[in-house]
Amino acid sequence: MRSPSLRALSISTVLAFCVSLSLVFFYAPIEADQGFLQKIFYLHVPLAIVALCGFVIGGLFAIAHLRTGDQRWDLRSYVAIHMSLIFGVGVLLTGSIWARASWGHWWVWDEPTLVSFLIVFLLYATYSPLRFAIEDPERQGRYASVFAITAGAFVPLNFIAVRLSASYVHPRVLGATSNLPSSMAFTFLVSLAAMALLFATLCSYELAAKRTRILLKVRSRTLGFR
Amino acid sequence: MTMTPLVYALQGASTLPSNDGYVAAAYIVFFALVLIYVVIMAVRLGRVERRLQDLQERREDESGEHEKRERELV
Repeated sequence: MRSPSLRALSISTVLAFCVSLSLVFFYAPIEADQGFLQKIFYLHVPLAIVALCGFVIGGLFAIAHLRTGDQRWDLRSYVAIHMSLIFGVGVLLTGSIWARASWGHWWVWDEPTLVSFLIVFLLYATYSPLRFAIEDPERQGRYASVFAITAGAFVPLNFIAVRLSASYVHPRVLGATSNLPSSMAFTFLVSLAAMALLFATLCSYELAAKRTRILLKVRSRTLGFR
Repeated sequence: MTMTPLVYALQGASTLPSNDGYVAAAYIVFFALVLIYVVIMAVRLGRVERRLQDLQERREDESGEHEKRERELV
């Protein structure tokens, strides 16, 4: 659990967050249209991007698992999806807070961006129950990988479909970055990097904890203890 | 008179309602989420450490009993 690489990753994440928060609150200008409320976007958008990328990465790890049969890829896939779900909760909560302040509603059902993210989130929320409903570890890994690949392919398709949608009131950040002043774009990129580092750090800790628990179980069995 | 985008932005912002509370709430929710996760991880780690300690004690006990039995036999 206490490897030098994990410590270095943790320290760089904390530093990146300190820099990111300093830029958000002391460097990036107040946006003319939304005012101070726009500061939520430096948190909400990187969270959403990292969560969606995490789902796709989980699918890629699942492909590696099915190709090689190596259980470590399955564990990586599970951890990436598990962490993306936690980030997804953050996306929904911070998005709702922004929507309440900006639109006067916590949730708007006819907005494709919101509903599509909720569909992706709920789809992945079924991953763990499906996985742990199967007792045989090999079958569990195989079924979970098939699910992760199918759902992982759905994520970019869903994203493209929403981008093509004609009616939306949800602001667009990606694709409109050329309109952002350089100070805002720089702050956004630093925030995105900090969020990606946080994701990598938490995934590494979760992986290390899971490996330790598996090792402990194996050792207990080897020594004849329960 | 030329004005920088920052000045425009600040002028526009001054006419907008203050939403400081919502921004603070969003950041607090995010850090609380991370904190809850870290606490859960710490509890789990504590459990693993206790199990590891238990395993080590039981192993020491067993090896102690084994040595005792060997001494009795000699």
